[in-house]
Amino acid sequence: MNINEFLKENTVILDGGMGTLLQKEGLLPGELPERWNLTRSDVIERIHRDYFNAGANIVNTNTFGANILKFTPDELEQIIKSAVETAFRAARLSDGVQEKFVALDIGPTGKLLKPYGDFDFEEAVSVFAETVKLGAKYGADLIMIETMSDSYETKAAILAAKENCKLPIFVSNAYGEDGKLMTGASPAAMVAMAEGLGVDAIGANCSLGPNQLRGVVAELLECSSIPVLLKPNAGLPKSDGVNTVYDIGAEEFAAQVSEAVKAGVRIAGGCCGTTPEYISEVIKALRDIAPVPVTQKNITCVSSYTHAVRFSSSPVLIGERINPTGKKRFKQALVEKDIGYILQEGIAQQEKGVHVLDVNVGLPEIDEKEMLCQTICELQAVIDLPLQIDTANTKAMEAALRLYNGKAMINSVNGKEESMRSVFPLVKKYGGVVVALTLDERGIPETAKERIEIAEKIISVASEYGISKKDIVFDTLAMTVSADNKAALATLGSLSHIKKVIGCHTSLGVSNISFGLPARDAVNSTFFALALENGLSAAIMNPYSSDMMKTYYAYRALHGLDENCADYIGFAASLPVQTASSAPTSVATQASLGETELQTAIIKGLREKASALTKELLKIVPALDIVNKEVIPALDTVGKGFEEKKIYLPQLLISAESAKSAFEEIKTFVSSSNSVMTKKCDFVIATVHGDVHDIGKNIVKLLLENYGFSVTDLGKDVPPEKVAETVEKLHAPLAGLSALMTTTVPAMEETIKLLRERAPWCKIVVGGAVLTKEYAQRIGADKYAADAMETVRYADFIYSEKADQR
Amino acid sequence: MTNTVFYKSYTEPEFNIKEILRYAGCRQASDDLMSLLRECLDECSGKLCYKVCYTEYDISFNGDVVDLGFAESKSKNLKKNLENCCRIVLFAATVGLAMDRLIARYSRTSPSKSYLFQAIGAERVESLCDIFNSEISDFAASLGMNTRPRFSPGYGDLPLELQRSIFMALDCERKLGLTLNDSLLMSPSKSVTAIIGMEKL
Repeated sequence: MNINEFLKENTVILDGGMGTLLQKEGLLPGELPERWNLTRSDVIERIHRDYFNAGANIVNTNTFGANILKFTPDELEQIIKSAVETAFRAARLSDGVQEKFVALDIGPTGKLLKPYGDFDFEEAVSVFAETVKLGAKYGADLIMIETMSDSYETKAAILAAKENCKLPIFVSNAYGEDGKLMTGASPAAMVAMAEGLGVDAIGANCSLGPNQLRGVVAELLECSSIPVLLKPNAGLPKSDGVNTVYDIGAEEFAAQVSEAVKAGVRIAGGCCGTTPEYISEVIKALRDIAPVPVTQKNITCVSSYTHAVRFSSSPVLIGERINPTGKKRFKQALVEKDIGYILQEGIAQQEKGVHVLDVNVGLPEIDEKEMLCQTICELQAVIDLPLQIDTANTKAMEAALRLYNGKAMINSVNGKEESMRSVFPLVKKYGGVVVALTLDERGIPETAKERIEIAEKIISVASEYGISKKDIVFDTLAMTVSADNKAALATLGSLSHIKKVIGCHTSLGVSNISFGLPARDAVNSTFFALALENGLSAAIMNPYSSDMMKTYYAYRALHGLDENCADYIGFAASLPVQTASSAPTSVATQASLGETELQTAIIKGLREKASALTKELLKIVPALDIVNKEVIPALDTVGKGFEEKKIYLPQLLISAESAKSAFEEIKTFVSSSNSVMTKKCDFVIATVHGDVHDIGKNIVKLLLENYGFSVTDLGKDVPPEKVAETVEKLHAPLAGLSALMTTTVPAMEETIKLLRERAPWCKIVVGGAVLTKEYAQRIGADKYAADAMETVRYADFIYSEKADQR
Repeated sequence: MTNTVFYKSYTEPEFNIKEILRYAGCRQASDDLMSLLRECLDECSGKLCYKVCYTEYDISFNGDVVDLGFAESKSKNLKKNLENCCRIVLFAATVGLAMDRLIARYSRTSPSKSYLFQAIGAERVESLCDIFNSEISDFAASLGMNTRPRFSPGYGDLPLELQRSIFMALDCERKLGLTLNDSLLMSPSKSVTAIIGMEKL
């Protein structure tokens, strides 16, 4: 019998702890328990048999850490072969009469994935793939991915299992006392991702006792449409002075687990500290408890690596600003691969209160797949909102979905055969909520009726791919009313039908409605209100529009979605106060005193003021003059103070940031007026291979940019090859290398050697905690810079030297 | 002999502004800087975790080698630190990944805040170690023992390679979600591993 069939009618019993029992049998600290499959298989067999005798349906093979990072391919194969065979032998030899299954146990690799660790996602997938292939080859009945404390690593393991076997997949995570994974995911987020990827059960194990996991279990049961698994510890280990004891005994443990089963858990066992006795007690306690049926929850939700965003009565705001359409400054950022600018757009929208970020980085002149993947990775390193992957390029879409840490929103599919054929397989494989546009080969129908027909067709084709309608959100397409005065009505009519009759969630790019009209905000926000009243679940919108935000907060207050109108009141407090006499203090009057004022703003580190003053000055003063006569002198004043130790590093940084905000205004101005700002010269900067410390490097970068250098930042842990290649390609006259640890200085030396070979023209400046002037000389650098200012001074010196030569 | 690894978590220790400024390299702070620091403190307060896992070993000396119970060390500095000790507490402490995320987020948008978060992170994990350390000292005192200043890999001549053995002994990945990368650095980065020597009075 297949485990999934057995699960339909029964509560499945898992085994208990393995590691703690092996320690009692004499496993030494530091000894790899997986090796016991080869050397002490009699002990492993006895433990498995004891669990089967106690009544367990599933035992996990002793392969928690069996992967190619810890063992050679040959030894790994022997270990997994023996582990699976031993478990099956135990099943045969056991006198238990219950159904018995052997699960290939897969634990975490012990390495943290990028960006916070150094382990590459695809590498993780391939490590898990090896283990999965061997487990399947030797006949395991299912894959048990367990004790995962990172959602991203969990995804890597699930993908590996899906791509390398057809076995059922159970997934279980280790939650902390805060009810979240170490890397931040909530149970709801894990359910969203795991269900999206098509696993067969989801749950919690290890870390805590059953009662402490009660909140986690409740959340899992509330959102999951697949069976929920629970395999807790026997509480926490405590010392009674002589021995180590776990603080929950077998009977108490069983009582607590049976409460969870009553609440709906369908797969139960024990983890650290539990023994066959615990499992017998669990079975005894469950004897008269009927399994609770697993029901379809019909939740439409997307998730990030921390939380899920659910589509319900409260509208979901999707920020539209990460998109080059009609934005010169954004296009420029894409061409220059200025990820910082894109991230800033994301962070600013999050601060405005959006729930999801739309990500569109498509531009004819760039490699969209590469750019989209990089943007997704960078965004999910610093922003915990779910992302909407917005691209017409299916290759880019697949690559981004694969790397996405959660259940993404996908923008979009439509009623065309070709679109459905290319997008639906991706939705099925990687999970996601897909935005479906109600258009097809014939274009966008004028009437609501025809749009509804297309929606029905999309639902039926999706179901052929195994995609349920809860994972489709319809966009009935807002077209401008300036071209067709019935346009809004067709959109709203189909929207209302799809939401209220068909029962699917909806989304609109609201602002299209006012295209070509003046005072667009008024039309947009009114249309937004109408659409919400007609059943709009989500809007792709501009969160900087205060009219749109007013509608959003007011709608929630009016619809009973905002307890005590607290959110509305909070929002209203953030609105600028409108007083009749506010005009005289406008920036324009200040600009007349501009010269010293902008400098003061930069020196004091007043970001907003610096950018406002710059904006005003740009109306009357040439951009270059602002840079040379305002910004640079101000920076020099601060830099000098720093060098004289009159001001400290944080203050230098605050000033540099306000200078940056002034530059940002200048950049926007320059890119929209099609003029060109000359840069001094290229400067390639990197933290060397093996080193992940980048504080110093980032500070140097910031200051160099302020002083007009075109900085290419290769990031941290950069291989020598990459540095040399980039310097060669740009023919950069300057390169900066940073290393913090003694262990990574050799990598710096290696990089310098390679640079000398391939880019002999390049001047190399080095810095970092472990370096000294002498050491820098010894490894062949041109210059040792003790701090960021010294690097700037040196770079300026080299630049002017080169300029003189010309 | 098997060693059980114990686990503890703490509520947020009070922020030590003076220490944070010290880590940030400021002897004095302007009002602007203080208000920025306040902003940072508000932003990270309540977001961090304060977790420790630890175990104890009997140790012995054999010439230049110290048998730490989980590994052998030839470090002269550690030997000096542990002189006359018969036991050690080995521990790992972390304030979690949230701090790394804040640092990364602001390194893109506000390097000054990112820099301050670095300093706050350093102060946070040291404060956590101090609390744990003082509990161990109290416990040692109750057994009539004294504790030595905690000693970490990378101090003096104690090699960073010892991290591998420490991670193995403490099962840091499972207990704290703490991992070690190929360069022997820890993630989350605001984490500490250390040895506390115990000596009979």
